[in-house]
Amino acid sequence: MVGPCLLLFLIVVAIAPWIGLVGITWERVLAGASPDWEIFVIARLPRVLFGALVGGSLAVAGVLFQAILRNSLADPFTLGISTGSSFGAVLAIWLGWNVVLLGVPVISVAAFVGAALTMLLVFFVARTGNALPAFTLLLAGVTLNFVFGALIVFVHYASNFAQSYQMVQWMMGGLDTADMGTVRGTAPFVGLALLALVWISPRLNPLAAGEDWATTRGVDVDRLKTVSYFAGSLLTGAVTAFCGPIGFVGLIVPHTLRLIIGPDHRTLIPASFLIGAVFLIVCDTAARTMFAPTEIPVGVITALLGGPFFIVLLKRKRGELW
Amino acid sequence: MTAAYRVKDLQFSYSRTPVLQGISTEIGRGEFVAVIGPNGAGKSTFLKVLAGLLRRYKGDVQFGENNLARMSAQELARQVAFVPQETHVVFPFSAGEIVLMGRLPHREGFFDSPADLEGANAAMELTDTAALSRKTFSELSGGERQRVVLASALAQDPEVLLLDEPTVYLDLKHQMQFYDILERLNLERQMTIISVTHDINLAARYARRMIAVRDGRFAADGSPEAVLTPQHLYEIFEIAASVFQRPDGRGNYIVPAS
Repeated sequence: MVGPCLLLFLIVVAIAPWIGLVGITWERVLAGASPDWEIFVIARLPRVLFGALVGGSLAVAGVLFQAILRNSLADPFTLGISTGSSFGAVLAIWLGWNVVLLGVPVISVAAFVGAALTMLLVFFVARTGNALPAFTLLLAGVTLNFVFGALIVFVHYASNFAQSYQMVQWMMGGLDTADMGTVRGTAPFVGLALLALVWISPRLNPLAAGEDWATTRGVDVDRLKTVSYFAGSLLTGAVTAFCGPIGFVGLIVPHTLRLIIGPDHRTLIPASFLIGAVFLIVCDTAARTMFAPTEIPVGVITALLGGPFFIVLLKRKRGELW
Repeated sequence: MTAAYRVKDLQFSYSRTPVLQGISTEIGRGEFVAVIGPNGAGKSTFLKVLAGLLRRYKGDVQFGENNLARMSAQELARQVAFVPQETHVVFPFSAGEIVLMGRLPHREGFFDSPADLEGANAAMELTDTAALSRKTFSELSGGERQRVVLASALAQDPEVLLLDEPTVYLDLKHQMQFYDILERLNLERQMTIISVTHDINLAARYARRMIAVRDGRFAADGSPEAVLTPQHLYEIFEIAASVFQRPDGRGNYIVPAS
């Protein structure tokens, strides 16, 4: 079932860069004619590729959190990682760190550090002995989510008008800041994480029937949960650092795919990456063209497209969801 | 008869409440053991220690030639399978997929091998669940689910099968069917079976050794006939009960007097 997903992914990646306000033709792009070549290579292609990395990573992170929390409604936002990331970014904006260091915006570095610190904080609060109980993980995540939310409001309140605008822009989330450097920086990390996750994916399956069940099938549950938790958090943190929080992808893509191709993590993880990528590229293409030349935040589109679709699925396949 | 488990002075506490207070016993390969006792006596805790689910115990538990505490989950899962009271699956896995999960401790590669599929099919034939293979596990009835979980445990190709009140949610017919399968496994494959149960009459009919647990210790241990005496039942369960011979001669049954 991964084959058709890959095909769809390739089609969408191949078509999306050609869609936009300014018409470009492939003859002119191939000939390197200005401005078609620049529009394709500098503006659209990196954005589509980065959209693929973000959508794919958020969807896979969703799969992981749902698996270890044994809850199909968990997503990268549930455990506070996105909020921690936003707090890092908001703090950097407030402190006026609008510089680029070694090709990376310092705001993105701060966002990633925020995500990583939140990840560790939630982990150490939730851990009891060697175990990482779903219940305490969820409580720790939700609590810290509120704490960071309050801190964001505080910093936001203390900042001036220009900073405030920049913060709101960041927290709306969007792919417009992506360039080839962002893609080159995140792609190897995401690729490695994905390979590692496919490797451990068979062991995620028996968790669905409970932790004792998985243990008696030979799974080292504590270790599996810790690895999955860190992998999902780092994937979310790495892409969110550059695009801000984008909701709904991590929730709807895994959920929908479970209904269509089944819940086996061996296929679900690669398929979620591919369809997460497709979903976000399509949403972003809509975000930048629907009201062109004005762009709307892609998070608005993911929710507006995803929500009704999700409700239809919920109605049609009721009872197969849990 | 070689031992499946050798237990010496086993103690276990949940936080500060002592549950198992010094159990020493030997369970031989090929035995069919029923563990009975009142609520909170420590039956399930004992079973979970044997299953490798509770590892912070005191005392010594040997599984075959190995120290249980030093065995990895995978090593143990290749030889010991566990059937819980009930199984709740959160995602829409099919019954067939649940059974195939039993192959996980044996699987070398990433995909299900022909041997895995064969093992799962055989387990489903034996438990009469082949027809359920494509159905979503969470939509099955209680009896169907428990048979599928048994099939998954059998797909592990275990030497020892541990069961924690496996028939508590089953109707009479399915209770008997379930224990008939256990009896076959015990007789035909010499599978060691240890079942925790509240159904004393069912246990007396099928098990050949009965262990009564009370206050974290073995209060009685022997053949069902030896364990099920009015005196023991009074000591263990604090009930007055009469013990009768089954009309078909297959052991005794008890009738509590109220």
